[in-house]
Amino acid sequence: MPTSVREHAEVRRKITYQAELDPQFGEHIAKMAYGEKLFSCIQCGTCSGTCPVSHYMDYTPRRIIAMVREGFRDDVLNSLTIWLCASCYSCTAECPREIKITDVMYALKQEAIKKGVYPKRFPIPVLAQEFFRGVERTGRNSEGPLMVKFFLKTNPLGMLKNAPMAMRLWFKGRLSLFEEGMKNKGVVARLLRAAKQAEGERQ
Amino acid sequence: MTYRYFPGCSLKSSGRAYEESLLAVFRALDVPLQELEDWNCCGATAYMSVDEVRAFTLAARNLCLAEQSGAAGNGGTDIVAPCSACYLVLLKTRRYMTEHPDLAQKVQAGLQSVGLQYQGKARVRHPLDVLVNDIGLDAIKKRVTQKLGGLKVACYYGCQIVRPFPTFDPAYNPTSMDRIAAALGATPVHWPLKTRCCGGTLTGTIPDVGLRLNRILLKEAKRRGADVMITVCPLCQFNLECYQNEIRRQLHEDVGLPVMYLTQLIGQAFGLSDSALGLQRLFVPPARVPAAQEGGKVANA
Amino acid sequence: MPDTTPTNGTPRIGFYVCHCGTNIAGTVDVKGLADYVATLNGVVVSREYKYMCSDPGQELIQQDIREQKLNRIVVASCSPLLHEHTFRHATAQAGLNPFFFQMVNIRENVSWVHTDHAAATEKAKDLARAAIRRVFSHKALEPKKVPINPAVLVVGGGIAGIHAALTLGNAGKHVYLVEREPTIGGHMAMFDKTFPTLDCAACILTPKMSAVKSHPNITLWTYSEVANVDGYVGNYKVKVKRKPRYIKEDLCVGCMECVTACIYKDARFPDEFNVGLSKRKPVYIPFPQATPQVVLFDPETCLQLKKGKCKQTCIEACDRECIDFTQTEEFKDIEVGTIILATGFQPFDPTKTPYYGYGQYPNVYTALEVERLVNASGPTGGEVVLRDGSHPKSVGIIHCVGSRDEKTNRWCSRVCCMYSLKLAHLVKEHTGAEVYNFYIDMRTPGKGYEEFYDKLLKEGVHFIRGRVAEVTDWAMEPQEEGKLVVRVEDTLIGTVRRVPLDMVILSQGLEPRADAQDVRRLFNISCATEGFFLERHPKLAPVNTFTDGVFIAGACQGPRDIPDTVAQAGAAAAEALALIDAGHMELEPNTAFIREEDCSGCKSCVPLCPYKAISFLEDKKKAWINEALCKGCGTCVAACPSGSIVQNLFEDEQIFNEIDGLLSELAQV
Repeated sequence: MPTSVREHAEVRRKITYQAELDPQFGEHIAKMAYGEKLFSCIQCGTCSGTCPVSHYMDYTPRRIIAMVREGFRDDVLNSLTIWLCASCYSCTAECPREIKITDVMYALKQEAIKKGVYPKRFPIPVLAQEFFRGVERTGRNSEGPLMVKFFLKTNPLGMLKNAPMAMRLWFKGRLSLFEEGMKNKGVVARLLRAAKQAEGERQ
Repeated sequence: MTYRYFPGCSLKSSGRAYEESLLAVFRALDVPLQELEDWNCCGATAYMSVDEVRAFTLAARNLCLAEQSGAAGNGGTDIVAPCSACYLVLLKTRRYMTEHPDLAQKVQAGLQSVGLQYQGKARVRHPLDVLVNDIGLDAIKKRVTQKLGGLKVACYYGCQIVRPFPTFDPAYNPTSMDRIAAALGATPVHWPLKTRCCGGTLTGTIPDVGLRLNRILLKEAKRRGADVMITVCPLCQFNLECYQNEIRRQLHEDVGLPVMYLTQLIGQAFGLSDSALGLQRLFVPPARVPAAQEGGKVANA
Repeated sequence: MPDTTPTNGTPRIGFYVCHCGTNIAGTVDVKGLADYVATLNGVVVSREYKYMCSDPGQELIQQDIREQKLNRIVVASCSPLLHEHTFRHATAQAGLNPFFFQMVNIRENVSWVHTDHAAATEKAKDLARAAIRRVFSHKALEPKKVPINPAVLVVGGGIAGIHAALTLGNAGKHVYLVEREPTIGGHMAMFDKTFPTLDCAACILTPKMSAVKSHPNITLWTYSEVANVDGYVGNYKVKVKRKPRYIKEDLCVGCMECVTACIYKDARFPDEFNVGLSKRKPVYIPFPQATPQVVLFDPETCLQLKKGKCKQTCIEACDRECIDFTQTEEFKDIEVGTIILATGFQPFDPTKTPYYGYGQYPNVYTALEVERLVNASGPTGGEVVLRDGSHPKSVGIIHCVGSRDEKTNRWCSRVCCMYSLKLAHLVKEHTGAEVYNFYIDMRTPGKGYEEFYDKLLKEGVHFIRGRVAEVTDWAMEPQEEGKLVVRVEDTLIGTVRRVPLDMVILSQGLEPRADAQDVRRLFNISCATEGFFLERHPKLAPVNTFTDGVFIAGACQGPRDIPDTVAQAGAAAAEALALIDAGHMELEPNTAFIREEDCSGCKSCVPLCPYKAISFLEDKKKAWINEALCKGCGTCVAACPSGSIVQNLFEDEQIFNEIDGLLSELAQV
């Protein structure tokens, strides 16, 4: 609730000019997310109604689809929504047009990470990328080392706050600080490199 | 039929008790679970957030390994993935490889570089599916040595085993876990949130949201009279169980509900030892069968 | 008309290319085509003209026939579906047998599907050449005229069937109205008020129902079904099965003494008319204004019929001796000329959308159930109450249940927004509760419909634009305890909302009846992909089917409200009357016939005919085709091992000539 007179009476202007939009954005995301059905959206709001975190989002899933369709690229990639999505697939399961909304969210996450559109220490893309690198290197995810890297990069003090839980996990044998490895070292790195190349060639 | 067991990274660390109890229970049911040789991480939600082609390629390698070992002649090629996220990633990979040939082409190119070729022969199964549909409730009932005496269990399915591909249970109101609980002599509690998301990694990254999602689940289960919540995903179990102190601290909600793996509950009914089932790894002391404790109630952590 | 078939093979062919504005001329070089065809053997005249189907265009053909003594005509233009009839007629008017005409489609088959002009023109030349070769071997044919029996069969006694029957009966034609349920009235009889006028449904329907009963030209057979249909337009032979009521219909006056006297003191069995909300006895009358006003016995629940032993207090109570437990089903054979199908719809079953909680939570109702609740002659005497008898203080109405959804029914059911508004008004009027309508779009297109919506807005009904994802009993706030909660995004205001409700009403959509495929096979018509009966043309022939003489009307063709249903019923009656008053119908002569001398009597053709047109003559040991039933599909022609079946307009010589024409200028490879 705005409290000061200045804050309350601050005039905000919200208008979107066509030049700010990216008319190819809808097609681009639809292709990434196997979703020409994206264009069939009737804006019914079922996705937002069933999404368990929609009431925390700045733009509900329904609005994101409308914005993607119309080319509001910057608003969408800068939203909190795409990071809050926990991939529970409730929206995909209930959408009457069978739009793969979760896949759209993944496509948007990928775009945002590719373009580096998020604050530097924002936890979710940082976690995703650390996970990615860890697996690329060793072939498996090591939860302990991952969490350490994660906290160091986003919230070093947070590590202290979570230390008691970490200790408890460790005592119960549910946490290891050593890296998990595969016998065939390097196979995953090779695999991923070849996949990346294949993607690049066929782009 | 030998099942290729794909543990996934979590079952080797935070979800260790899941692996222990799963293997113990399947051994008790005489169903061999052979760990997939030199498996790699499935990528979970993280990989899909960064790069899709590489995410599917990563997962596809495991499917190829399962196919190969099946072809080697020691059983059918069913890959059993207990972690719900692994299960969904592998299943999605299998589906998308058939439905999207341009994706399949890129993935095959990646697999080729390490001498593999995806043929689509390995089926992806969840232990819940195997227990109810392959092993069957009758076989489970036969193996029970101490019935759970009406213990009230809230079966929590989570999202990824029923959505978006409801292969062995409907997405709205699945019942496979409830039927197993009933077969063990427990009383499954009817509650409407059994497939509502626990937040996944949000408890660690955006706790304001993640904790609230878990609080809702725990609170409602308790309200409906549950003595214990059981689950089949290591991340769900971790979220629901290990953050109860945080929920108490930040949201002032004293939940104190034990959260166990389904396989731990089954193991208890089979009379297997606590250590075999990894019960000591639980944060909130596990629900005991009423024979050992009066009224089947549980002491809080 | 004089037949100018040349006897020694001198073709005099007139060829005409239509520009069709730029539709054809924009892609095909029409002048080049005309010039090319002029060089072909047998072509006397070759012209191109802007619009061949116009009067001057037709005049061209007629003038040439007269002046140039033409004996064959070929027109290269649009699809025969559009103007074959036009050109055949023009040919006939000029004195030439209309079947000496052949049409070439160079629009839908050439100019509308190809972009390469040169290639398109070559293709048009090939097709024209093929037609020129073919048309020479055409024979003079006469279309067969079949008489039309003036009696009409109307299947289905809802508002559509009733209106059609009355219209035809008033026109002096005899109508058989066959209805499956024990009474006519259909779904409309179950409604309380109808939108947008809020007319009492029974008040406007029952006068029509009694008019049907007392009409001298209408034979009303309720509790009956059509068992078999044979024949063709104008001459249908129909077998109707009359199910046993175990009551002598002409004696019963509907006094219901038998119902009171029934051995079951309390009603125990779900009442179908009240959608299971109340109970009835084994002997019952569906509703007070049922027509005919005659009771019936349910063989599944009546002790006498099921077990064979009962005190039969009903027989004692009946002073007209109407009850007859020895009745069996009876078959009636009738002959009619035309058939109108008005079999209606079935409401969507919301157990298919389990997330709305129907069947799981007691206070989730379907719209049809609530129609019965608000009705004064319904199970609660017009009280809108919950299952425990209390009055709801908050009611939610969820639109689009089962409709507009890829997983259930893709289409919009057209009437649900309007009836949801109607129910909102009635529920609010009866209970004073807060009413919430959850919708995706508000579809109010008819006369007075938008005004009805405005009326509801003024009444203070809450309209929340957001499709409900789930109805749950999980409470987050104290005021949600013990209620049904709907979590929805209010898309217009832009926030997620949770609305606690005492009662939830599901506005279920309309879908085709479960046995639509069986019914359509009985009458030899088609269903569209969604399962409704298929009309001949969605815009220009909505009540005709592809089977001559069979018409469809009302919700069996697609979801429809009452005004449109009545309009369609009138239209179907008019189509039937057009046939009947014309007295006869001309059938296309492209039928197959058997050359008796060549037929070996192998019977291979008999089971192949989809129209049951072929029969085997035992005395001659030869097969025989009923020309009137034959649709010219060609299956028997192709299958006959001795080649003794010939099809008019598709004789071997004609087809081979056409092929020769197509291939004759193939470059040597």
